[in-house]
Amino acid sequence: MPSDARLTAPATAPAPPGPLRAFWRAFRENRGAVLGLAVVGFILFVAVFANVLAPYSPIEQFRGFSKLPPFWVEGSDPRFLLGTDAVGRDMLSRLMYGARVSLFIGLSVMVVSMVVGVALGLAAAFFGGVADVIIIRVMDLIMAIPSLVLAILIIAIIGPNLTNTIVAVTIVGLPRYVRLVRASALTELTKDYVTAARVSGVGKFRLMTKTVLPNCVAPLIVQAALGLSDAILEAAGLGFLGLGAQPPTPEWGSMLADTRDLMLSHPWVMAFPGLAILVTVLAINLMGDGLRDALDPRLRRS
Amino acid sequence: MIRFFLKRLALTIPTFIALMFITFVMLRLVPGDPIEVRRGERGISPERLAQLRHDMGLDQPVWKQFLDYANALLHGDFGTSIVSKSPVLHEFLTLFPATLELTITAMLFAIVLGIPAGVIAASRRGGVYDQTLMGLALTGYSMPIFWWGLILVLVMSNTLHLTPVSGRVDLIKFYYQPVTGFMLIDSLLSGQEGAFMDAVRHLILPMIVLGTVPLAVIARMTRSSMLEVLEEDYVRTARAKGLSWTRIVGVHALRNALIPVVTVIGLQVGGLLAGAVLTETIFSWPGVGKWLIESINRRDYPALQGGIMLIATIVILVNLFIDMLYGLINPRIRHAK
Repeated sequence: MPSDARLTAPATAPAPPGPLRAFWRAFRENRGAVLGLAVVGFILFVAVFANVLAPYSPIEQFRGFSKLPPFWVEGSDPRFLLGTDAVGRDMLSRLMYGARVSLFIGLSVMVVSMVVGVALGLAAAFFGGVADVIIIRVMDLIMAIPSLVLAILIIAIIGPNLTNTIVAVTIVGLPRYVRLVRASALTELTKDYVTAARVSGVGKFRLMTKTVLPNCVAPLIVQAALGLSDAILEAAGLGFLGLGAQPPTPEWGSMLADTRDLMLSHPWVMAFPGLAILVTVLAINLMGDGLRDALDPRLRRS
Repeated sequence: MIRFFLKRLALTIPTFIALMFITFVMLRLVPGDPIEVRRGERGISPERLAQLRHDMGLDQPVWKQFLDYANALLHGDFGTSIVSKSPVLHEFLTLFPATLELTITAMLFAIVLGIPAGVIAASRRGGVYDQTLMGLALTGYSMPIFWWGLILVLVMSNTLHLTPVSGRVDLIKFYYQPVTGFMLIDSLLSGQEGAFMDAVRHLILPMIVLGTVPLAVIARMTRSSMLEVLEEDYVRTARAKGLSWTRIVGVHALRNALIPVVTVIGLQVGGLLAGAVLTETIFSWPGVGKWLIESINRRDYPALQGGIMLIATIVILVNLFIDMLYGLINPRIRHAK
């Protein structure tokens, strides 16, 4: 998984040879990107160890402790640092487990989109003809429907739950991966090294995966980072509309939807889940910008 | 030129057919047979059932049903809502002006603020303005707009009492016949004092919320496009000629920098309609986005089907229009293979 490669890059920076080191040097120059990486690392850590770090279960309801404010507000309870929601669930624990849910959705969407996107994109580039036309037409069709509207349509058919959120968000974001892989593969195919490989008798499958694909990876990683933040936002939007993960799953978007009635009297209940989404997505985007600058000079926004 | 247009037009036909196919299949995949739904708990006689099936065309072979559906669509029949029993197209057209008003003003908001922000950031590259503006732009780009909307309501409406919480106009104070469907225009036409300002106050928060993401995208795009253009030779020539920096940036560079920005603005149309679903839900804005969500919650699948078909059609047509416009402006695209 590319995200792991990115996250372990700092620790292993002295050891690996050439490319990774060069990449890290370029990446390090962008302070925002390093900050983003640190925040993403922290959120990932919280998500993975939520069961150890969280003081309570995210779905345990403490009777008589509902709607408590966070610790800096009068009337808070030190046992519930960030307060509790309408039914007395610990906000901090729900946020921590929520990180797990959101990152799980985001990373699943990213991995599935990468695999399917690479397969379809390469197939379109290599086989051309009818296969290419069909794949590109289908992707155009997906792009013709506004993302959230299409996701809603898919959820209406297959029903709202966590898995289906992943399916819907993946389908919605897929065209960008497919088109990217197809475009870079087509560019690479015209280059001399591919002709050389062909002439020396490399089989089609090997040519696709071993010769061409590695040269398409840089823009793909950038797309994956941006796709990750899009997927998290999209999934949270669905959750907010009640079409994503279903209660009592501590999903940030659906936590926000739950709090709308409390918004005026207990604003903090609403503040935290949204802040969590914003910080996560912002950190990933900062990191993505840095990745783009470091990996793909063609896309550099100077 | 005409060849380019025709070619581009022809390319949308398969997309339309596929779109019809998908919405057709969708209605057959959703849980709950349309007949079963009507049968209810009391049951229904077999003859009546057969009659209903015949009336709805469900006794026909599937390919015939699809052709009938496509034929109906081409004749402007987008189905009938189960809940309101009125044609989907009629409902859609009643609500669409509200969405259109919201999306157009949001886009204007984004353009009016986004382009200057991008220009300022580019001409002060690396400086405090640049870093602040681009930091804000990235934050806006990362914003969960449903949360942003709630925060704005909390601060502007409930704490500062500057704006109303929901709706398009205060119906207790003002009443007027819809003429154009745009509240800003209708309120002016009504001649009632304060009606226009009331409509503006209702519109402002939804506009900001929906415009935030496009604003961020436009600002970022303008900046990078501007930076590229400022490297060009003709900018150097203009400087050598002794033109003022403002004139170079504002007139010579900006005009060329805007070409990719226009493309990006066009690409935002789909995103705006998606964002409208969330924005309208937060502000109870009576547009098609809120209506779609309500259709899902009421299991009004024909309305959902027709609504999605209509929204996708609009997006396809807008993209087609932008492509053609672009071909008109930029001959390189027209002649590209």
